[in-house]
Amino acid sequence: MGSNMAEAHPVGFQWVMEAKARGAKVIHIDPRFTRTSAVADAYVPIRAGTDIAFLGGVINHVLRNDLDFREYVRAYTNASFLVREDFADTEDLDGLFSGYDPETASYDRSSWRYQNTEPPESDADRGSVPDKESSAPLQHGSGGAALEGVENIVRDPSLEHPRCVFQILKRHFARYTPELVERVCGTPPERFREVCEAWTANSNRDRTTALVYSVGWTQHSVGTQYIRAGAILQLLLGNIGRPGGGVFALRGHASIQGSTDIPTLFNLLPGYLPMPAPTHSDLAGYMHELRADCQKGYWFGADAYLVSMLKEYFGDAATPDNDYGFEWLPRINGDHGTYRTVMDMIDGSVFGYFLLGQNPAVGSAHGKLQRLGMANLDWLVVRDLAMIESATFWKDSPEIETGEIVTERCRTEVFFFPAASHVEKEGTFTQTQRMLQWREKAVEPNGDQRSELWFFYHLGRLVRQKLADSTDPRDAPVHALAWDYRMLGADNGADEWAEPSAEDVLRRISGVELGPDRAVSGYTELKADGSTACGCWIYSGVYADEVNQAARRKPHDQQPQYEKEWGWTWPMNRRVLYNRASADLEGRPWSERKKLIWWDAENGEWTGDDVPDFPKTTPPGHVPPEGACGADGLRGDDPFIMQADGKGWLYAPHGLIDGPMPTHYEPHESPARNALYGQQGNPTRKVYGRPDNPSNPAPPEAHTEVFPFVLTAARLTEHHTAGGMSRQLPYLSELQPELFVEVSPELARERRLTHLGQAHVVTSRAAVDARVMVTDRLVPLRVDGRLVHQVWLPYHWGHSGLVTGDVVNDLFGVFVDPNVFIQESKVATCDVRPGSRPRGPALLAMLERLRSEAGITPETGTRIATAGGVRHSAPAHTHDAPMEAP
Amino acid sequence: MTSRNRLSGPLDDVAADAGHQHHPDRVGFFTDTSVCIGCKACEVACKEWNAVPEDGLDLLGMSFDNTGMLGADSWRHVAFVEQARPLGTGAGPEDLGMPSFARPGDGTGAETRTDFRWLMASDVCKHCTHAGCLDVCPTGALFRTEFGTVVVQQDICNGCGYCVSGCPYGVIDRRQHDGRAQKCTLCYDRLGDGMEPACAKACPTESIQFGRLDELRERADTRLARLHELGLSEARLYGRDPNDGVGGDGAFFLLLDEPEVYGLPPDPVVPTRDAPAMWRRAGAAAAAFALAGVGAFVAAAIGSAIGSAIGARR
Repeated sequence: MGSNMAEAHPVGFQWVMEAKARGAKVIHIDPRFTRTSAVADAYVPIRAGTDIAFLGGVINHVLRNDLDFREYVRAYTNASFLVREDFADTEDLDGLFSGYDPETASYDRSSWRYQNTEPPESDADRGSVPDKESSAPLQHGSGGAALEGVENIVRDPSLEHPRCVFQILKRHFARYTPELVERVCGTPPERFREVCEAWTANSNRDRTTALVYSVGWTQHSVGTQYIRAGAILQLLLGNIGRPGGGVFALRGHASIQGSTDIPTLFNLLPGYLPMPAPTHSDLAGYMHELRADCQKGYWFGADAYLVSMLKEYFGDAATPDNDYGFEWLPRINGDHGTYRTVMDMIDGSVFGYFLLGQNPAVGSAHGKLQRLGMANLDWLVVRDLAMIESATFWKDSPEIETGEIVTERCRTEVFFFPAASHVEKEGTFTQTQRMLQWREKAVEPNGDQRSELWFFYHLGRLVRQKLADSTDPRDAPVHALAWDYRMLGADNGADEWAEPSAEDVLRRISGVELGPDRAVSGYTELKADGSTACGCWIYSGVYADEVNQAARRKPHDQQPQYEKEWGWTWPMNRRVLYNRASADLEGRPWSERKKLIWWDAENGEWTGDDVPDFPKTTPPGHVPPEGACGADGLRGDDPFIMQADGKGWLYAPHGLIDGPMPTHYEPHESPARNALYGQQGNPTRKVYGRPDNPSNPAPPEAHTEVFPFVLTAARLTEHHTAGGMSRQLPYLSELQPELFVEVSPELARERRLTHLGQAHVVTSRAAVDARVMVTDRLVPLRVDGRLVHQVWLPYHWGHSGLVTGDVVNDLFGVFVDPNVFIQESKVATCDVRPGSRPRGPALLAMLERLRSEAGITPETGTRIATAGGVRHSAPAHTHDAPMEAP
Repeated sequence: MTSRNRLSGPLDDVAADAGHQHHPDRVGFFTDTSVCIGCKACEVACKEWNAVPEDGLDLLGMSFDNTGMLGADSWRHVAFVEQARPLGTGAGPEDLGMPSFARPGDGTGAETRTDFRWLMASDVCKHCTHAGCLDVCPTGALFRTEFGTVVVQQDICNGCGYCVSGCPYGVIDRRQHDGRAQKCTLCYDRLGDGMEPACAKACPTESIQFGRLDELRERADTRLARLHELGLSEARLYGRDPNDGVGGDGAFFLLLDEPEVYGLPPDPVVPTRDAPAMWRRAGAAAAAFALAGVGAFVAAAIGSAIGSAIGARR
């Protein structure tokens, strides 16, 4: 679901075909019939944006028919935990949970907690604008929300208490019947039932089912909850932590997994530690909020992880006296996500921009917003392999034609740095399996082309030089940086423009014990006392034993299953996370067929085919002594070693802004009313209500017929993202030379579109020319009795390259998931009209007319709370001033 | 000139027949289209390795096929065939019961198919046992390699174009602005170094399989049997049979429908198959004409002689 794996991951897909050849059944659930569907065993149509309704339907099927893997659920999830009495569900409040404040469009989440527990004292649960502005769930990092008093959690092992998670979950999804799935998703009930039957029949002791998703799930205003729904279902069926099971996120670009592990994200530090907030005046305060004082599990070691990271950043300048330089880390005081930052560029408060292998003029939602933002900068640095649209917007963007950007008056100074390609530099890629694979440099780059490592190392060196005499406290972190990487070259750094050694960087990322300068073996060796340095704790061990583990390439036919000697997966080269769950309460695999790790009583340790994701010597029945913290505090039946309660969460008592359980909300732009609740869309989504970010109307707003079709966009195999790496190449360009829009024959008849004819797709933001591709692969769906059409476009085209076209992302606006600030670019509404779009000022005039026809004002789409009984006097809060520092 | 040259029928050793004495086993392709995901890596890998030029930035509208057909500048061509659902069935319900087939739309036949089906297949030069292009080439530019494959040498080719009309599949063609014939070489330059052809190497799902032809035929037979077991009664092998009109293909296929559906000729025959018979008939006709001509001459001569004799007796 939410994935077109054969087209977007064709090489990885060979393993799906291999599994199929061995009898696995592949089911593809998607708004359109794709190359993945063509080789699947079954294709199931679904309306874009309704996956939670679908998954909720399967969850309901499981719970109603007692098809869950009961032993697993009882032992390894929080199914038995009791929730507070004052918690109210969406069934009680017409689509809202208890604690909603329509003025701030956010929740006071205290009523969602387990009985008898508290999170550490913080604002994070009381709900507020700062909470939403900071992408607060990421304040908890990858360890999930901190939790005090875990030992006080009240449980009902019989799973019958009305306040236990199991019963709450059952009630929450009770109305998600096959009939409802048909009404909301447009999926025929027979197909839906087939999915339910196949999924449950294949999930038990002897068989597991894998769930695969990509950006078809993440790029939604409820994206986080989509994934939660998938996780809940897989937990109920006992598929997590077991071979052939799991929830598999297919990452996109070659090393995008790496770019979140060692992030270039505003709110995360390496290893998913959260960026500090202004309220964290010292390390202790930060730690206290991050993890409870005696939290069990490996997240408890976060102090060691962070201190080691600070030692790597600041070297000798990081000492116990200065909290290891904690004060030098930036503080997140508001929404500094990419979209907010671009709006700040338009508003004049951001004046410089580095783009590295990123092409927002084509690749980010709301292309016009991106280009207008860039046009208002003082300077823009672009590093890329080709002259991408984001570097040339000042002369060839669509806004030149409309007059919104005038080349001679555009103030942006653009610096273009040619980049070395992946064969012209060494380093690691981290792919979707969490695997790091080292690549050697094959050829020297040409001319001025350089690697990112070279660029940032020397940029840092030059910035430090320029600031060498500064006494401004703001420059202290720059002075403090330990910038002493080993340099390549025979003269060992005498060449002032030498290339830093990527292998040295990798070693430092993996971590060293500073005294003896010895590579550590893994994150359990990291200390919070400044004696270890480690750039990214989850990568710790990739350079264990002074060996570049990521460079290992033992072929699969020369080693046992799980190929642990090819590359290195984080953490600790474990291939299947949470694999304690592959064994039962006695430590025996649930079945011989699905064995992965097991307890070896004779040697008192966990062993098996994978690296155990559990303390090696903790017996399966272990009950820790009172006051045991960290890994020592884990019980023998706590497979979810990063969670504060050691269990998989069927219900999230905190950590998420929009609900403890996934709920079907309609997309921000939708042709349909929410069939389940009065609350139409995600009641906490961020909509950035401003005149330059208009919304198409959605029920209950009027004039939804102006944009009656569901719009979705995705990828083709032949092109790569914004096209910078494919539309420059003749061999790829000729495979898909032109932008096209896929429509069903029925829609073509309705709008008088002819195959290969010209058409344009319109939203309140833009119009995009596309050739018409009439195909049966798109099927009109019957939604709540009405026929709903979906249209699809590939988003790869822009205005430079061998083959050019309009930018599809211009059609989408900026409306984001409140937990992670990811834009809803997988579903919107639109119209499709025959013929080419108007150009220049005539285009602006047409869009103006359309908006007026649809009654669109800056308020449209900002009245987020629509549940019965909720009244407010002002439009829901959309963006606010930054948080005050203490 | 050997008297053992045959132009049709099964031929066990094509390389020996062409004059190679000690030669490796015959190799070829088995393209299993049932696992093709339409990624076109084969098209790109081929062009990269062989420096084949880009040949047209045109949206053809043939589903996802913008290559169109094989030609001088397209040596691998992925076909996409959308088989529509019958009108009016919408997102029709389907009683799937026991999974009796392996892909949407398979195993139900055109008349009864209720599900949409999308066929994908990577086409290539067939490297026929009896290759029409090879047989008609007047310059010897086209030749049979020691691997049993058919290759054209551009430095000998005179651009006459006979090979173009000689191919029953419409594969070989002349390159524009150059005039010389071009087609798949089965990566002859890689075979010599023990490497598999670029397309086979690039194919992620092993739809394109390379190897010894006899082994590939066995594999294909097994795969076909498996698909038939699963209920895909329309699955068939194309070009596998040494008794077909070209003596069997060096590059053969597993198809999931009639060849015409994929744009392939249903009964390809090497044009030179009938050459011996045609020449015999032509020879007989020539002999008959010659006889008739001689006879007429003799008759005329006799008539003239009789005439002279009659004249002389007066």
